[in-house]
Amino acid sequence: MEVELSKEEEIERLVESLKDSKSSDWEFHDKYNPIYSTGKGLNKSVVEEISEIKKEPDWMRRMRLKALEIFQSKPMPTWGPDLSGIDWENTTYYNRPDERKSQNWDDVPDQIKDTFQKLGIPEMEQKYLAGSVAQYESEGVYHSLKKVWEDKGVVFMDLDSAVKNHPDLVKDYFCKAVPFTDNKFAALNGAVWSGGSFLYVPKGVHIDMPLQTYFRMNNESTGQFEHTIVVGDEGSKVHYIEGCTAPRWDKDSLHSAIVEIYAQRDSDVRYTSVQNWSKSVYNMPTKRAWVDERAKMEWVGGSLGSKITMIYPSSYLRGPYASTSNLNISLAGAGTVKDTGAKAIHMAPHTTSKIIAKSISIEDGKAIYRGLLRMNKGAVDSRSKVQCDALLINDDSQSLTFPHDEIYEPTATFSHEASVGKIGTEELTYLRSRGLSEDEASSMIVLGFLDDVMKEIPMEFAIEMNRLVKLEMNKLGAVG
Amino acid sequence: MVELKITNLRASVEGKEILKGVDFDVKGGEIHALMGPNGAGKSTLGNVLIGHPNYAIEGGSIMLDGNNLTEKTPEERARAGLFLAFQSPISIPGVKISSFLRTAYKQLHPEDKVTVTEFFNRVKEHLRFVGLDESFMSRSVNDGFSGGERKRFEILQMAILKPKIVVLDEIDSGLDVDALRLVAEEIIKYHNSEVGFLIITHYQRILRNIDPDFVHILMNGKIVRNGDKSLALKIEEEGYDWIKE
Repeated sequence: MEVELSKEEEIERLVESLKDSKSSDWEFHDKYNPIYSTGKGLNKSVVEEISEIKKEPDWMRRMRLKALEIFQSKPMPTWGPDLSGIDWENTTYYNRPDERKSQNWDDVPDQIKDTFQKLGIPEMEQKYLAGSVAQYESEGVYHSLKKVWEDKGVVFMDLDSAVKNHPDLVKDYFCKAVPFTDNKFAALNGAVWSGGSFLYVPKGVHIDMPLQTYFRMNNESTGQFEHTIVVGDEGSKVHYIEGCTAPRWDKDSLHSAIVEIYAQRDSDVRYTSVQNWSKSVYNMPTKRAWVDERAKMEWVGGSLGSKITMIYPSSYLRGPYASTSNLNISLAGAGTVKDTGAKAIHMAPHTTSKIIAKSISIEDGKAIYRGLLRMNKGAVDSRSKVQCDALLINDDSQSLTFPHDEIYEPTATFSHEASVGKIGTEELTYLRSRGLSEDEASSMIVLGFLDDVMKEIPMEFAIEMNRLVKLEMNKLGAVG
Repeated sequence: MVELKITNLRASVEGKEILKGVDFDVKGGEIHALMGPNGAGKSTLGNVLIGHPNYAIEGGSIMLDGNNLTEKTPEERARAGLFLAFQSPISIPGVKISSFLRTAYKQLHPEDKVTVTEFFNRVKEHLRFVGLDESFMSRSVNDGFSGGERKRFEILQMAILKPKIVVLDEIDSGLDVDALRLVAEEIIKYHNSEVGFLIITHYQRILRNIDPDFVHILMNGKIVRNGDKSLALKIEEEGYDWIKE
C-alpha cells in the first residue's frame, strides 16, 4: 500500500503543478520562423530540393522520387472519412529550423528551448528519460542519448542523421514493413519525409527505461512527415514513447507519419504514442510492426484532437508464438472524426493478438472503430480477442464499429466484444451527492471508463490525457 | 447548531405524487428513525433530500441551518452538509476509491489542508473499522462489491466526508450480524452533538444496535405517527396494520 500512496502523492503533485496552466497554454505558438522552406505545393523539384538540402546520398534521393511517382499515381482513399478538405497545393512540405542539430541542450536555441519548457520536456527528462529526440518543425534539433546505451551499441538518433551515419543499417529497414506502395499517404511520406527517429537495439540488450521523442507541429499549413524506425534485434527489450501536443490553427494542416517497427525473434517491443492534435489537422499515419518468432509487440495509443484521424496500427505476426496487443483511446471532440482501429495479421502458428479500443464521442464527434483480423491458413491454434467500448457524451455524438475478419485457419479462435454506453444519471448523481460538480463527476466517469487503457500509459502522459479529457468535458457545461 | 427542517414536502416521480406533505426536523445530536411499510415513500424522501434529478419537488421546503436547499443541486446540498448512504449504491467502473474520496473530500472541506498521506491514513483506519481490507483503496467505486461491502463503503464515506446530516437508507439490508455490529459501531462513533441522523428502515433491526431519539412512521407519503423508541418496538411486535387513520 505504501507504493500506491506515494504514487498518488506523486500524481497529486504533478496535477497541482499543472493546475495553474489554462487551456490556452496548450494553444500557444511562438514567433518562430523557419530559416528555410520549400514553399507551398509539391512536385519533383521540391523533392529534389529537400534531398539536396539534407545532403542525402543518392539512393535516398532516388527513393524519394520513386515514392513521389507512386504518390501522384495513387487515388485518394474513399472508403473512410471525407478527405476532400486536404489542400495539397496549399501545404508546405518542408521547413527547416534555424539551427543545426545539437547533442547538447545548451546549444539548443532559446526560443525552441522555451517551447520545450512550456511542454515540460526538461522536467520529463529528469524524471526517467534515457534519451530523447525532440522534433521541432521538420527536423530533429535536439537529441541526447545516455552514454550507457551507446556503449551497448544502441543507436538512437533522428532518421536524417541515421541515414548519414548508419546508411547500411537504415537501408535494411527503411520502407520494408511499410512500402511506399502501401497507400497514398505512405507514398507521400516516402517522398518528403523529414525527421522522425531511428532506434536500433542490438541483440540481447534490454533498455529498462522508456526512450522518448516529443515533438510538435508549429507552422501553419506545414505538413509533418516524420519517419520513425524502431528495431528490436533478437532477444532485446525496449519501450519507445512518442508524444505530441499541437497548438491550434485555423487552416488545415496535414500530418502523415510512417512508423515501422521490427520486433525480431524473442524481442519485446512497446510503442506508446500520445497525440493531441489541433482541431484543423488531418492525421494520416501508417504504423506497422513485423513481429517474429516468440516476439512480443505492444501498441499503446492515446489520440485526442485533430479534424480527421485515420490510424490502424498493424502487427504482422510472422513467426510462431509471436504476440501483439493494441490498447487505444480515441477522443472525438466537436467536429472531429476519429477513424481508428488496429490490424492483426496472423501468419504463423500459435500467434496471439489482443485489441482493446476505447472511444469517447463528444458533441457531434464521431468515433469509428475499423479493424482487421486475419488468420492465414496455417496459423494453427492462433487466438485473437477484440474489445471495443464506446462512450457517447451527447445526443448527437456518434460511434460506429467496422470489424473485419478474414479467417482461413479452422483451428484459430477469436472473439469480439463491443459496447456502447452513455453517462448515466445514477452514476452522476452518486458522485454529485458527494460534492463533485456535474463536470467533475462526468470527467471522473469518463476517466474511469478509460482506466484499463490509461494505466498502461506512462504517468506524465496519463496526467496530460486526464487534463485534456477534463478540458474537453468542461467545455461542454451541462452533459446530457 | 445543526438543524435540518423539512416543511410540507411534496414530491413526485414520473408525474406520480409520492410524498404528500412531510414535516419533521432533525437537530444536531439527534437520531431519528423513519419507518414505514414498503411503498410508503421512505427511499423517495432520501433521494429528494439529496436532490436526485429523477425526483421532482412539488412543494414545501428543505432547510439546513437556515439555508434553503429546496432548489439546490446535489453537490450544493452535499457541500451544505447533507449525506445519503444509498440503499443500492451504484458501481462506477474505473473510478478509484482513493481518488474519488480525495476529490470529494476536497470539495466538501476545502479549508482542511490535510496531506495526501495523512488523508489516506485516515481512510485506511476507517476501512479497518468497517471491516474492509486496505486493498479497497485501489478498487473502483462499488465495482464488483458484494451487497454488504457496498453498505460498509457507504458508512466509510460518512466517516471520511464528515457530513452534518446523515441519511441512512436501509443501511442494514445485506449485512450479516457481525457486519451490522461494525457498521453500527462506526455510526455511534460518528454520532455527536454536531451531527443529526435520519435512519430510514423497514424493520427495526438496526435500531437494536442504535437507539433512536425519535421515530416517525411514514405511510402513503405522509407522516402518520411520531414517537420515541417504544413506537419502533410496537412496530416490531405488531407490524403496521394497527396504524389506521
